[in-house]
Amino acid sequence: MKAHKYGDHVDTDVIIPARYLASQDEKELASHCMEDIDKNFHAKVSPGDIIVAGLNFGCGSSREHAPVAIKASGISCVIAKSFARIFYRNAINIGLAILECPEAAEDIADNDEVSVNFDTGEITNKTKNKIYKAEPFPEFIKNMIADGGLMASLKKNQK
Amino acid sequence: MAMTMTQKILAKHAGLESVHAGQLIQAKLDLVLGNDITSPVAINEFEAAGFNSIFDKSKVVLVMDHFTPNKDIKSAAQCKQCRLFAKRFNLDNFFDVGTMGIEHALLPEQGLVAPGEAIIGADSHTCTYGAVNAFSTGVGSTDMGAAMAAGYTWFKVPAAIKVNVTGKKRPYVSGKDLILYLIGKIGVDGALYKSLEFSGDGLKELTMSDRLTIANMAIEAGAKNGIFPVDDITREYLSGRVNREWTAYEPDPDSEYESVINLDLNEIDCTVSWPHLPENAKPAIEGHDVKIDQIVIGSCTNGRIEDMKAAAEILKGRHLASGVRGIIIPATQSVYRECIKLGYVDVFLDAGCVVSTPTCGPCLGGHMGVLAEGERCVSTTNRNFIGRMGHVKSEVYLASPAVAAASGIAGHIAHPKEVI
Repeated sequence: MKAHKYGDHVDTDVIIPARYLASQDEKELASHCMEDIDKNFHAKVSPGDIIVAGLNFGCGSSREHAPVAIKASGISCVIAKSFARIFYRNAINIGLAILECPEAAEDIADNDEVSVNFDTGEITNKTKNKIYKAEPFPEFIKNMIADGGLMASLKKNQK
Repeated sequence: MAMTMTQKILAKHAGLESVHAGQLIQAKLDLVLGNDITSPVAINEFEAAGFNSIFDKSKVVLVMDHFTPNKDIKSAAQCKQCRLFAKRFNLDNFFDVGTMGIEHALLPEQGLVAPGEAIIGADSHTCTYGAVNAFSTGVGSTDMGAAMAAGYTWFKVPAAIKVNVTGKKRPYVSGKDLILYLIGKIGVDGALYKSLEFSGDGLKELTMSDRLTIANMAIEAGAKNGIFPVDDITREYLSGRVNREWTAYEPDPDSEYESVINLDLNEIDCTVSWPHLPENAKPAIEGHDVKIDQIVIGSCTNGRIEDMKAAAEILKGRHLASGVRGIIIPATQSVYRECIKLGYVDVFLDAGCVVSTPTCGPCLGGHMGVLAEGERCVSTTNRNFIGRMGHVKSEVYLASPAVAAASGIAGHIAHPKEVI
């Protein structure tokens, strides 16, 4: 899976600009994802790719459209040095995998081949032949992401 | 165990004697808020999960403020969906065009938030209500959808940063200057996951409007919430607005803070945040060479009557510089009416400005003041991210109403004393 690398403070206004918020259609949101800082994002992402970023990823607006747009773009995981708190919560709630790992976020370069073991928190950089260790989520959060988010998880557990 | 104001409110709502930073708790909610952008997503989630009831029809509040009066067919459909939901559950507090205002100006004004309450809203600036000693924080739509049904949600108890305010405000300096200065000092992630707890002798210098502006922008430092203690200024503001009983929470004298920031008001002058992050704060007097195309005075940060007054005092008897567009947006219907009564609307019109019905509109590049490529705006809003108010090559400079008004007259970023 290919890494797409960005800097610090990637905000939700660039992840999905407000001019598209009159839509709730995932595919439409995905088609505009990141376009204000990376015009080619939609075209270059293949299913399973990951985003690697710096500090405070997802800062700004509480719009859930931001993690939804990233997930619908085919991104399988976001690795950052740190996340803004509302984005962090939203990502878990909608079932977008995220990992906080300053070492990996620093070291991984654009286009590096990376794989993520979400269970162990192990991030493997195949291009650089390196392994980084992130703190894995507790079981209930992992399950929530695997189930597809908070609501899907609630429904499953109600049954 | 010693606790901060935030921790005490969370403990109370979790039914616990005490809580500590990092603890995961489940807390009852006094209010769940959403707007016309975030509520439709929450309603979809609520319905998809098969919920048939809401926890309390007086405690779910929907405010149609972002893309209203509706700017296009899609945003009209979003409001319609909210309207039908409000009708289905007979919500006491559904604010549509005619009664709506910008949510975080409207709720305090209507007495819907009170000290000691726990509030979530699917809008990042929900942290505003810390000004009246409530714990309030922004969440996403899924959290909102689940909370509308359940009436509770989970939180990680935040650690705190204490902001100790001393000194006296300088002329033309307001809460906006203080918060931009503070964000400049600690950065846009300086308070990440934490609460900003305000204290100190200098708080008596801060009006309720100042405090609402400061708490509103706590999120721009990454904070979970910003919170003030209750004093005579708070009590005066609440009297006649909030008729239910409320409890004020003080921090324990030995409560723990990760750090203490001292802010001496004497040292803070009118401040502007340059593009493209709120942390790029500099004194307004350094903006002489920044020519501008537009000013916007309004928003959940600075759309209250005190903000309109500050702008009117500068604009009175003066006119916008040639080529500058002035857009003034009173945040609620009652602020709008006051502006008419007090003659501010005449002042604004005489100065060459337009006065709009309440809307978040231009703040997030929605409508009513979107910027073209290369244009610059001095705005009393809260974010100056890339593309926030329009084209990706437009620029937003964050400032107080007094600075925005002065800049409109000067045609470049200006300190009010330069035009008075």
